[in-house]
Amino acid sequence: MARNDLQGSLDLLVLKTLSQTGSLHGYGIVLHIQRASDALLNVEEGSLYPALHRMEQSGWIRSEWALTETGRKAKYYKLTAVGRKQLEEAEKSFEQLVKGVRAIFRYA
Amino acid sequence: MSMLRRISNLFSRPKLGREIDAELRSHIEMRMEDNIAAGMSSGEARRDALHRFGNPTSVNEQVTAADASLGLENLGFDIRYGLRQLRRSPGFALTAILTLALGVGANLVVFGVLNALLLRPLNVAGAERLVQIVQKPQGYNSQSYPDYLDYRARNTTFSDMAAYKLTMSGMSIGAAAEKCWNYEVSGNYFDMLGVQPQVGRLFHAKDEHGTNSAPLIVLSDTFWRARFHADPLVIGTTVDLNKHPFTIIGVAPKSFHGTELLFWPDFWIPMVNQEQIDGFNYLDKRMFHGTNVLGALKPGVTPQQAVDDLNSVAHRLAQEYPTYDDALSARLIRPGLLGDTLGGPARPFLTGIMVLAFLVLAAACVNLASIFAARTADRARELAIRLSIGSTRWRILRQLFTEAVLVSMAAGVVGTFFAAALLAALSRWQPFAEFPVRVTVVADTRVYLIAVLLSVVSGVLPGLIPARQIWRTHAMQAMKSGAPIAGLSRRLTLRDLLLGVQIALCALLVTASLVSLRGMERSLHAPIGFVPQGAVLAEADMHMAGYSDSSALPVQRRMIEAAERIPGVTAVGTIDNTPLGTGGSSTPVYREGTAEQRSSNSVMFAHYYSISPGYLQAAATRLLAGRDFNWHDDATKPKVALVNQTFARRMFGNSPAVGRHFLQGDLIEVIGVFEDGKYESLTEDPTPAMFFPLAQNNQGDTAVVVRSPLPEAEVAAALNHVLASVDSSLPFTLHSWSDELALALFPARVATAALGVMGLIAALLAVTGVFGMSAYSVSKRLKEFGIRVALGSRRTQLMRAALVRPLLLLLSGSVLGLLLGVVASGLLAHLIYQATSRDPLVLAGAIITMMLVGMVATWIPARRALAVDPAQLLREE
Repeated sequence: MARNDLQGSLDLLVLKTLSQTGSLHGYGIVLHIQRASDALLNVEEGSLYPALHRMEQSGWIRSEWALTETGRKAKYYKLTAVGRKQLEEAEKSFEQLVKGVRAIFRYA
Repeated sequence: MSMLRRISNLFSRPKLGREIDAELRSHIEMRMEDNIAAGMSSGEARRDALHRFGNPTSVNEQVTAADASLGLENLGFDIRYGLRQLRRSPGFALTAILTLALGVGANLVVFGVLNALLLRPLNVAGAERLVQIVQKPQGYNSQSYPDYLDYRARNTTFSDMAAYKLTMSGMSIGAAAEKCWNYEVSGNYFDMLGVQPQVGRLFHAKDEHGTNSAPLIVLSDTFWRARFHADPLVIGTTVDLNKHPFTIIGVAPKSFHGTELLFWPDFWIPMVNQEQIDGFNYLDKRMFHGTNVLGALKPGVTPQQAVDDLNSVAHRLAQEYPTYDDALSARLIRPGLLGDTLGGPARPFLTGIMVLAFLVLAAACVNLASIFAARTADRARELAIRLSIGSTRWRILRQLFTEAVLVSMAAGVVGTFFAAALLAALSRWQPFAEFPVRVTVVADTRVYLIAVLLSVVSGVLPGLIPARQIWRTHAMQAMKSGAPIAGLSRRLTLRDLLLGVQIALCALLVTASLVSLRGMERSLHAPIGFVPQGAVLAEADMHMAGYSDSSALPVQRRMIEAAERIPGVTAVGTIDNTPLGTGGSSTPVYREGTAEQRSSNSVMFAHYYSISPGYLQAAATRLLAGRDFNWHDDATKPKVALVNQTFARRMFGNSPAVGRHFLQGDLIEVIGVFEDGKYESLTEDPTPAMFFPLAQNNQGDTAVVVRSPLPEAEVAAALNHVLASVDSSLPFTLHSWSDELALALFPARVATAALGVMGLIAALLAVTGVFGMSAYSVSKRLKEFGIRVALGSRRTQLMRAALVRPLLLLLSGSVLGLLLGVVASGLLAHLIYQATSRDPLVLAGAIITMMLVGMVATWIPARRALAVDPAQLLREE
């Protein structure tokens, strides 16, 4: 349960990032999450890739090789239609989780 | 898209690994660039980047695992792992594959033949609507030409009908005449079948303008290539058929060889010209039944409607021609197998063989199941380890399942390969030198589909047997003791049962093939009404040299006299068609005083032959009463006949027949009685037959029978010489009478060969099955044996311990199979003359075979058990 939730939240962050930025490589995703969360969320960079590949196998995102602004080859990821739907669901269940946790905090 | 990539990923693992590497490297390098831009030294930048990233190698592995998590990659792992496992135990893999390949191959061969003969329609357009119109009684395959014309004109349910008849003719190419096989067909034959010429043209209904009006020849592709070297200029040339000029007008396509599946004719001629070939005219003879009639059903008409329609026509014909069409009735059968002649027995026989082939496959499956089970037991420890380190049972099952599929695929390929080779050889095979019979078996998609289906089902089912074992495995226990999963308990295991069934099957097949072998052997020595050994035949059709039936007689006499002068010849005579040969026919006979000779008044149908004086001695047919013919029994004298015992009994009861009369056209006096024989097939019941004197019943068909104690080849050479001196333009075929009988023995030969092969395969499977089991039981108990030897046990005791179980199984299985075989051979009696299981030789043979199977199969394991060296064994552990 717990593991699924942590993994679920990483998926959520990645999906959300891609939905906001359109198309991004792994390093870019890391930077975006750091920047957008005001460095509150620090993703362990290596662990991002198994997640990316798993989501790609599930058909949520797709990838292609392209050049960065500095002329370096990198793999860019993009949200698919399935991924968009998955993002909506993940957001919804995250809201539920947050609500639930808040409710417990307020108790006592 | 992603599915495609997953599949392509399977086969490009190194490439995939490189891609992941590149992706991860680009990430680290980008971080380093940023770090350097933020003012770090390059060393610092690198350390920081790696620190943030974690271990790239382990990340790479995790990414690979993520890519693999969706099954297909797993399947690839399973397949690679399975192949590795099979390669690691080649003995197991080879045994399993060969076992299954045998079963699959045998089934494919039989199914291929079944498919070619019974399932596939004739190779012509609209074949599914084609039927052959025969008469109601079994074996009455043909119609008279006038009846055919009436059926064709008066029916309302057929879009068209065509007639054909197989005959022989002599074609003169250059100086010599050559015996050829041809079809006489109605003018609309090719058009009804939708056949188009490959060269020249075919003939049509509009070419016919009455008797002998269309001397035309359409060549078959084979004959055109063999005799005319595929020369297109041969079209338009004239050749002589039986000394009458015919014009070659075209060549039939390669794919068309007439409307008989097994028969490959040399050419086709219009039926209206049959008189020039046959020497007599049957076109206007309503009593002459010899033409085969094919009909194409109108669309939407059911066979039953067609039969009703034809029968109403037949009913009217019976009223119009009571003498000939009195008993006319119609029945529809599948065309292509010589009417009921082959179509009758072929179906039950091939179905029976198919069942046997299936039993062989079942035996192979059983074998495979026990091999798989033994293997799973052997791998108990490995499986237990895998279970305990977290593999799911489902995962292990899937692994074993993959192995089973791999084995079955390999076996399917091997089996199909052998079957295809065998079928190709069968298609090239021409069983009779002078009879254009070929069994063309083309393996079509249906055959290959069956191959795939059979191999997958028969490989996968046995592969699932170990599932039960795995489900019950307790990892801890299996690892602790290292004991096999299914222990060698005292109770009867599934494997024992399977092996027992398999041995029973083997014993059944061995018994069945021995029964038929013995039947064959005996039928070669059974009384058939003549003695083929020591007799040489010279067969000719006098029409081929331009003689008519009556003008042939003096020449036939000269031939007999010439043959009698050959030194060492003891007797010479002629008969128009040899009994058990390809010709001969029967006719109704009537009691003296019958007012109207119509078939419903007849006593019986009797085979009839024209013989010369001296034939009885030459054929060694015993005359039981009365006298033989002499040359004075000619057209000037009252008609006489010799009849066989069955004829005499059915016509005259138990009173003496000699001197009595019967009706067959004219009043005929019986002057002698000869022994019963076989006339159409070796398995027929006692059949009535009569001989007429050649001088009263002229025949152009001639078989000169020459008896001599000298070697047959020597007699044949001399005969060839003297007959050529009588008329050099007459084409002869010379051979020993025993060879001629090949045709009559053919069905029994085929049956025996098929059963023999099945029996052999079954025996092979039984050997591997018993061997596998005893070898396995010995290898599992080697340690125990070592201890027992060390403690002073005698070797014989060890042997008993090791082999008592397989041998018990062998014994009980054999007994069961033998009993089944005895029951089953009752069925064989229909096919093979004198097939009986109540024959000590058969029983002894079957028992000895099974004992041999047991000895061969247990020999090596027994040696291994005896050679056990306790010191070495105990050290090993």
